[in-house]
Order: sequence, then C-alpha cells, then structure tokens
Amino acid sequence: MSYYLRGSSGVLLLIALAAIAFFAALAAGWSRDVAYMVHALIFMTVAAGLFVWTLRSLPVGGGPVLPPEAPTGYMDGPVRAGVIATAFWGVVGFLVGTFIAFQLAFPALNIEWAQPYANFGRLRPLHTSAVIFAFGGNALIATSFYVVQRTCAARLWGGPTAWFVFWGYQMFIVLAATGYLLGATQSKEYAEPEWYVDIWLTIVWLSYLAVFFGTILRRRERHIYVANWFYLAFIVTIAMLHVVNNLSLPVSIFGSKSVQVFAGVQDAMTQWWYGHNAVGFFLTAGFLGMMYYFVPKQAGRPIYSYKLSIIHFWALIFLYIWAGPHHLHYTALPDWAATLGMVFSIILWMPSWGGMINGLMTLQGAWDKIRTDPIIRMFVASLAFYGMSTFEGPMMSIRAVNSLSHYTDWTIGHVHSGALGWNGLITFGALYFLTPKLWGRREMYSVPAINAHFWLATVGIVLYAASMWVSGIMEGLMWREVDPNGFLVNSFADTVDAKFPMYVVRALGGALYLAGGVLMVWNMWMTIREPRTAAIATPAE
Amino acid sequence: MTDKKRIDDETGTETTGHNWDGIEELNTPLPRWWLWTFYATIVWGIIYTILYPAWPLVSGTTRGILDWTTRGEVAAQIEAVNLSNAEMTQSLIEVDLGVLERNEALHRFAVSAGAAVFRTNCSQCHGAGAAGVQAAGYPNLLDDAWLWGGQITDIADTVRHGIRSEDDPATRWSAMPAFGEMLSEEEIAALTTHVRSLSGLEEADPQGATLFADQCASCHGDEGTGDRTLGAPDLTDAIWLYGGTTEDVTYTIENARFGVMPPWGERLGEAQVRAVAAYVHGLGGGEAQVGTTD
Repeated sequence: MSYYLRGSSGVLLLIALAAIAFFAALAAGWSRDVAYMVHALIFMTVAAGLFVWTLRSLPVGGGPVLPPEAPTGYMDGPVRAGVIATAFWGVVGFLVGTFIAFQLAFPALNIEWAQPYANFGRLRPLHTSAVIFAFGGNALIATSFYVVQRTCAARLWGGPTAWFVFWGYQMFIVLAATGYLLGATQSKEYAEPEWYVDIWLTIVWLSYLAVFFGTILRRRERHIYVANWFYLAFIVTIAMLHVVNNLSLPVSIFGSKSVQVFAGVQDAMTQWWYGHNAVGFFLTAGFLGMMYYFVPKQAGRPIYSYKLSIIHFWALIFLYIWAGPHHLHYTALPDWAATLGMVFSIILWMPSWGGMINGLMTLQGAWDKIRTDPIIRMFVASLAFYGMSTFEGPMMSIRAVNSLSHYTDWTIGHVHSGALGWNGLITFGALYFLTPKLWGRREMYSVPAINAHFWLATVGIVLYAASMWVSGIMEGLMWREVDPNGFLVNSFADTVDAKFPMYVVRALGGALYLAGGVLMVWNMWMTIREPRTAAIATPAE
Repeated sequence: MTDKKRIDDETGTETTGHNWDGIEELNTPLPRWWLWTFYATIVWGIIYTILYPAWPLVSGTTRGILDWTTRGEVAAQIEAVNLSNAEMTQSLIEVDLGVLERNEALHRFAVSAGAAVFRTNCSQCHGAGAAGVQAAGYPNLLDDAWLWGGQITDIADTVRHGIRSEDDPATRWSAMPAFGEMLSEEEIAALTTHVRSLSGLEEADPQGATLFADQCASCHGDEGTGDRTLGAPDLTDAIWLYGGTTEDVTYTIENARFGVMPPWGERLGEAQVRAVAAYVHGLGGGEAQVGTTD
C-alpha cells in the first residue's frame, strides 16, 4: 500500500480524511434521526481510522525515500477479500432469510423485546439486500476483477482504486443494513437505502466502472472476451438504473428521510423498470459473465457457440430493459405499457436461453464430469435452474397467468428458484474454483464436502420452490374462488391459514440451504489454513 | 495469444481461433430450433401488439383491433354477475326482512351473498369465523348475546348505520361514563365485585350493590340484565365484550369503553346490508322476529 502513498498525495489524503471525519462529526451532532446519526458516526470512525492508518504508513520524514517498485502481475488482493466477503455475507443473508421464513410460519418469532428492530418488515429488506447486493454483489465484483485480468492479460487499472471499490462496497452494505434495522428506508423494493447511501454507492460504482473499463482498455488481447461484455453491460446499466430510480430530494441534509421526484404511477413504473432490470442486469447479465468464464475453465472445453454468444448477448441487453411493466399488470399502469412489458418479456425467452444453451453445450465432450466433478455438477444444476426461471418468468408475465400468480407466493418461489438455483449455485461453484487458486492450494480441502453442499442446496431449493409453487397457486385459486352466484368463498385470513404447512416446508428448505452455506465456509476456511501447495498467481503476460 | 483456428477433436467443429486464458470458442452455428422459436416469439409479439393496446403515439396510443382494456374486462365480468343476480337482488331489497326465511331460495341466496360481504368487509375485526376478538372488544357474533338486538332487522340496522359513528346521524349511540373520576378506588373495587357476582364469579358485595343501584342500574337495569335500546350489555350472562377478570372489569368501570363500528349502508348498498344481516343472523344466535306480519 505504501507504494501508493508517497509525497504530497499522502498528505492530501490525510487532509481529506480529516475533513471527512470532522464534517461527519458535525453531521452526527446536527442529525435529525437515529439512523442518520449512526451513519454519520460510522463515516467519522472509518475516516478517523483511515487517517491514523495512513499516517502510520507514510515514510518517515528525513529518511531516504527509496524509489518505489511498481507492482507486477495480477492484483488479486481485492479478489481474495471479495471471495471471503461473498461467503460471509452469503451465510448472513441465508440466515436472515431462514429466520424470516420461520417468522412467517410462526409470527411469535417477531419477538416482543426485539421490536421494532427485528420484526419481519425490517428484516425482510435486510435479507433481500444481503443476498442480492452483499452476497451477489461481492461475488460479481470479485469474479469480475479476477476474470477481467485473466481474459485481458492485464493488471487491474487504477492501483488502489480496486481496494476502494471493495471496502467502499462493504461500507455501502453496512450503511444499508443498519439503516433498515433503524427504520431508514425509502420503501422502494431492492432500492431501500436512503439518499446519502445512494450517493455513496454511486461513487463506489463509478469507481468500479473505471477499474473494470480501464482494465479492458489496457488489455493485451485483441478481442474482448464475452464474459467481459456481460460484466460491462451489468456495471453500466446498474449505474444508470441506480441513479434514475433513486432521484429524490432529502427533507434535510442532516436527516435520512427523502422524497421521490416521481409520483404515483410514474414512480411505480420507474421502480419496476429498476426492479426488473436489477434481476436482468445484476442477477442475469452479471452472472452470465461469471458463467462464461468459470464453466469453460472448469470443464476444460471451448465455449459452444461464438455466434450464439453474440446474438443472445445483444438480444438480451436490448430486450430486458423493456420488460419491467409486467410487474404492474392490472394496476394504474396504462394497458399499452403493460402489453409492451409482456411482449418484450416473452420475446426475451430465447435470448435468455441462449446463455443456458451455451453453458450446457460447452460440456459437450465432458459430460462425464457431471458425475465426477461436484463443481461442474453445481454449474449444470445452476444452468438448469436458470433455464427454468427464464421460462417461468416470461410465462408469469402473460397477463392471464399473472392475474393468478401476482401477489401470491408463486412469485416468491419463482424468485428463489432463480436466486438460490442460478445465482447461488454458480457462485458456490466459482468460490470453490477460486479459493484454491487464490490461496495457492491444489484443490479444496474436502471434495466430499462440496458434494454434500451440492445436495443440501439442491434439496433445499426443491423444498423451497415446490412449497411456494403449491402455496402460491393455492392462494391464487382461493382468492378468486366464487360460488355459483358469483360470491367470494374465502376470506383473506382463510388463505393465510391454509398456507401454514407450505410455510414450514419452505423454512426447512431455507435451513438446508443455509446448512450448505455453512459447510462451504468451513471448507474454505480449512482450505485457506492448509499449507501452500501451488503457485498463487500467474503474472500478467 | 494465439489466433489459430483449429478443429476441436471432441465435436469436429472449428474454433474461432480466439484464446483467452486458455478459453477457446467453437464456431457452432445458431441452433435452428432456438432461432426459429426466437422468430416465432417476435412474430407473435407483433401480432399481439396489433390486437391489444400497445404502441405509444404522439397523442394517445394504439388501441388494438380487439378494442380490449383491463378496465373494460373487469367491468364486463362484474356486469355479467350483477345481471345474472339482478332478479334475486331486487327481491332481496323488496322483501320484508322479518319473513325472509320463509322464502327458501331467496334466503339461501342472501346468506351466500352475505357470507362474501362478511369475508370482505367484516372479518378484519370480527374474524373470518365471526368469533370476534375479546381483547379488542370486537363482539363474538356466534353466540346469542346481542348488545343492540338479535332480530334480523336489528342486525341490518346495526350494519346500515354502525355504532357510535360520527358519520351517520342514525347510528346506534350511547356512552358509559368513566367512573374513575367519580368514584374512589375502594368504591370501584366494591362495584367490580358486585358486577362479577351478577354472573356468579364472586360472592355478593352489599356496598357494591348499593353503588350499582345508584350509578349503573339506570342503563344496565336493576338486575343488571342490560338494555338493548342503549346497547347496555347484560352483566348476568357471563359473556364479556372486553373480558370478565377483575382487572378487565375494573378497567371498564374506571375508563368506560367506547366501541365503534362504521356505518356500511352507503358503501354496501341495501341489498348487501340485508344479505350480511341474513348471514350474521344465521350464524347461530339469531333471534326470531317479533311483531312481523305478512
């Protein structure tokens, strides 16, 4: 690190950190609510800590200043940190998810003395943000840093910026999570953090874009590998979605509350334009980037079809952005917008499947590895769940199907077959691939444990998705059930009551999935603790 | 980096010659079924957007040649149900409620309609099974204890105008005084004992009996059997709106209770008010109509 801190830049950094700590202290003093005060104190503490740390790593005055050596080879520090953060936040997110699943089955778990912090309403965004942004986001950042260096044969651009991206992103996660528990939310699904947290994420995200794009620009390969197209599309589009959906005016610069600039159905449409493309670009495009590197690497086979990757990439990128209105069928959204959302969702079916085909068919000539290699098995199951979800999604976007599925647990089942199956399994596979390579081990400490993890996760997903499908369709049918005269047969409470057994099964599925995550953390821990057996990293060519 | 195309041994397909970190690409053409399914969804999409409202224009949007709207669709469905029930609904509005039960078909229709009205509008407080919530003072509608009367016309009146509602001048109205400011703690304790003794929960208390006669009998009656014209509960039946423990009764005497119910007449309309009255009346505690003639 001291390589980057020499001469006047170190002093400027110290001044900046001191100023941040000072103003954060003032903001904490003038804060209008608890969440804002806690966040200002976090900023203050972090800035003050960095100040001391920077001061201590500056060269001693008067001593001979040696000419610094430029670092060579791949920059894998942030990737290693990201791999650990992914596993950590994954287990946290699964744990909260399992707990709130039990809360839904047994409402008494909204424990009286822990109110209002641990009620379902505050823990639910904690769960969704932890799994999507903390687990998924760290997986994407870490793998993209790893993949872009290898496929561009270049070191990460921007020196310590990559470290800023990593730590800045962890800061965002901590601010978001503590904000939810303290009641600071702008009540937009998957975009709950308040205005100053959004601004912070924007800074971090643009730095991420700079590092990633800078590395692509300094590549030593003539062509840009398909994984990097997907990663870049994900980073650019998320920046756009995040900024537009979070346009809001703070009530006070010393308070967390803000007011959206859009109102009514425009706000709803902006929110679901964002919300659906969080699925499309964060959970689909970004993870396809992961798939396009780790599947061929682990299988040792060429990508099935270059043409398919080009066509399905552009079709996916072009079509996904229009699909959001299908979240607002039968609402105040005008019919024409809902029609377009539905039509684009259906046309999106084949472009989505292009990724599955390219992934699965890459195993041509290596099918036997499904039997012998648990990591490959995870990738295959992941792609299978990807295929199922991207068929189910367009189907649910059809207006008539949506009139049954909307607002029911079917949606929850759909999301989780995608999230647990596709995003989860491919991330686990990537972590099992990366951990030995990043820490210089030949393979994971326990391959049977990977196999056990595969089965725990798969059975967990099946219990989860199946119970939610049953529950959701039952609920939808009960809501619309009428007697021969056209009168409603069930009250809402009747439908809630009927879901109890499915809620218990769902929570058990979550518990199995969580157990698999814990097993993975143990396996990673044991692998990292082992003595080194292989070279850590190959230098950039 | 080696830009060398080669034939892959396993598949016999040529590679593109690219190589990134050991990853190569095959030059496999697009799968035909994939491409044709993709085209088919596009063609379907174009047709669908011609049939349904879809494309934004300068002012307004295309309406689709089917002239279909979600609002139109739901309005048509509601219209169809209303039309098929029109005759029965009209009969329900016109019938003398007191003798509704004699018309078996109409009564059955009213009860099934009323059940739906109840599930949608009443179950939030009274519970999906109509057993009420004692902790919140939402009465149980399954028993035969009625605050304002249990004949079907009484129930319809309660539903129509609500209880202690500020929005309806014809609402059922009464207010019990809060005795915490008028009586001493000792007197309230005695009164509590007396009230509980009326249903045999405790031994009688002479001081409480005197206080009851002075303060409470005017509404609850000398024997404590209540007065339905005032919604004053019968205190002898061991059925408690807010609970019958010493703490509950003491709290009620000290602070009084002021349970409210919204008036439903305007929101539901006469037919649905009558229907839900028939449903509630049939839950178990409905009383026979007195003084109705054909």
